[in-house]
Amino acid sequence: MNSNEDYRTTALIQASLRKRYARERRFRLYGMLAVLAGFVFLFLLLADIIIKGTPAFTQHYIKVTVDFDRDSLGLPQNFTSEDLARADYGAVIKRSLREMFPDVSIRAEKRRLYRLISIGAEYSLRDMVVADPALVGKKRNIWLLAHSEASSYLKGQVAAATEEAERKVKDVQMRWLNALREEGRTELRFNTTFFLAGDSREPELAGIKAALVGSLYTLLVTFCLAFPIGVMAAIYLEEFAPRNRLTDLIEININNLAAVPSIVFGLLGLAVFINFFELPRSAPLVGGIVLALMTLPTIIITSRAAIQAVPPSIHEAALGVGASKLQTILHHVLPVAMPGILTGSIIGMAQALGETAPLLMIGMVAFIMEVPAGVTDPATVLPVQIFLWADSPERGFTEKTSAAIMVLMAFLIMMNAAAVYLRRRFERK
Amino acid sequence: MASRMENSERMGADKNVTNRTVTDAHSAGSGGSLESLHLNPDARGQETIGSPFVKRAKMSARDVNVFYGEKQAISNISLDIAQNEILAMIGPSGCGKSTFLRTLNRMNDIIPACRVEGKITLDGEDIYQKERDTVLLRARVGMVFQKPNPFPKSIYENVAYGPKIHGLAQNKATMDEIVESSLRRASLFDEVKDQLDKPGTGLSGGQQQRLCIARAIAVSPEIILMDEPCSALDPIATARIEELMNELKENYTIAIVTHSMQQAARVSQRTAYFHLGELIEVGETKEIFTLPQHQLTENYITGRFG
Repeated sequence: MNSNEDYRTTALIQASLRKRYARERRFRLYGMLAVLAGFVFLFLLLADIIIKGTPAFTQHYIKVTVDFDRDSLGLPQNFTSEDLARADYGAVIKRSLREMFPDVSIRAEKRRLYRLISIGAEYSLRDMVVADPALVGKKRNIWLLAHSEASSYLKGQVAAATEEAERKVKDVQMRWLNALREEGRTELRFNTTFFLAGDSREPELAGIKAALVGSLYTLLVTFCLAFPIGVMAAIYLEEFAPRNRLTDLIEININNLAAVPSIVFGLLGLAVFINFFELPRSAPLVGGIVLALMTLPTIIITSRAAIQAVPPSIHEAALGVGASKLQTILHHVLPVAMPGILTGSIIGMAQALGETAPLLMIGMVAFIMEVPAGVTDPATVLPVQIFLWADSPERGFTEKTSAAIMVLMAFLIMMNAAAVYLRRRFERK
Repeated sequence: MASRMENSERMGADKNVTNRTVTDAHSAGSGGSLESLHLNPDARGQETIGSPFVKRAKMSARDVNVFYGEKQAISNISLDIAQNEILAMIGPSGCGKSTFLRTLNRMNDIIPACRVEGKITLDGEDIYQKERDTVLLRARVGMVFQKPNPFPKSIYENVAYGPKIHGLAQNKATMDEIVESSLRRASLFDEVKDQLDKPGTGLSGGQQQRLCIARAIAVSPEIILMDEPCSALDPIATARIEELMNELKENYTIAIVTHSMQQAARVSQRTAYFHLGELIEVGETKEIFTLPQHQLTENYITGRFG
């Protein structure tokens, strides 16, 4: 090859180089655009949820001068604590409100006035008086929980420009609320009810705790079943099982199970666990078992992949110094495969956390006010609670829905963080 | 590769007419493909030249055949390994020397398709009898692999693992002693004594291989099998390992597979030459390298192929 030819080759390569580089730049640009699009959508979604959900974490209280008059409470002369628990606190609140706005006389207007205060205020008054019976016959300024509609107006969520007929908060209520605000009788407080109560028909009294605890129990059952069974199955199939038609069949079936729609698992749970084994309905126990069945294929498949990815040299090294098969697996293969196994498990658990369909079949859509105390108590889970609230007509539940989504995401992030922490610990070794 | 093979066949045919394997494959005009030679039934029954048997045999193999599924990897190998000697196994790639080495501590058991026929004894006991325990066998016959493969754990744990699972150390002090003496015998201790808790995978290639040797000798095996232990190492690290093998010879019996003929010549007392699954020639290392009897051996050691 002479120098002339050398020169020509160089020129050709240079000419093609520009094209190749351009293609590379374009490819990188597409990649960046894809990542950017993903980020934009994620940001929009999160921003929407956070903007809609944040107001749910606060609620308004109204300072009412409550007159604990014995007659309006309907108490006899010598009342017992039992009488106190049964007294008519609603009447007391109504009277106090009427005293604050004496010019209200029409019945319909009175009813609107009473709607400024939450129905739950009665119970807080009752607790107050039962704790301190000396209050009877006295007058006190007490902060009472506002009705969700009143609170929503005070938060500025009700546009005064809309037709009166089309909004729940009427003109007259707006006037009263404005007056109360000017007198300094309204206050915005952190919404502890949301984190401490179960579901309720009144948005201001509804809380996420029952669903959160329900999800926790359900996932606990799921994890306790799916993780050990999944990892054991993966170890057996990968390390001990002979390769024959039976194991091939098992492998195909596991792969197919991973693709079965989750509602089918719900039907199975209904037929087998509830109808045949007669386990309790709506319970985290059954929900957990059903979700474990759904999660198992994912955990088995990812665990097998993780075990397969352990270099054979580690196997040989362990066997070479005389480790038994079990020692090789427990001391060397599993620690190396553990990060992968954990990743797979967390993907499965995250799926289980967000699952609604199979739980509908086993009755976990119930309206749950009590926080479940065990895995056999009736319970619901976060995604179902979100679904129920999203379905509710009351305006107050809109923000609760978004807030519940935030709680669900926080749950998920915490679960992932735990997995990442564990994975780091295994990787450091 | 093909032309080289043909070349070797012709050489073999010219020199040793009784070698029917070679003549048959050649006359069939099969282009010297490995398989045709390999699976030719006439390949069986060929005599090994030299002295495969010794008086004080630590391990001995008789008529060993190994199959991977349908494929026969080694055929009819009979070979003794004497007490406190270093036996080198040489031969071109795919000749079955590593396979043979791995049958000696039943490392091939982990390959499902692998089948071993024949008899291998350690101190006169058949190691392939069903009731013989592979765990005990592998504790007595240690192995060092081609690629350094320390556990992804600390240097200390790497060496201590074998003694720990076999219960060789009653307390921490004995264990420390075993770890230190193993590392010393592998001439690694001075380099790592301040970082015993650092991961073994963080060492250099040569250090890792010496760590693997330390790990192997920590369980005080009687025989150490080495499968090309220096193939991934530079000449300096190789020299250290060879030096080490010379020291280990005092207490252990070593069988080493190597691609380096110089290495075989330097470290071993006896050398076995394998070719296409056959054991062609065995003898004193000096004789093999100065006066090879078989044409294939001569071609290989003089660098005409392989």
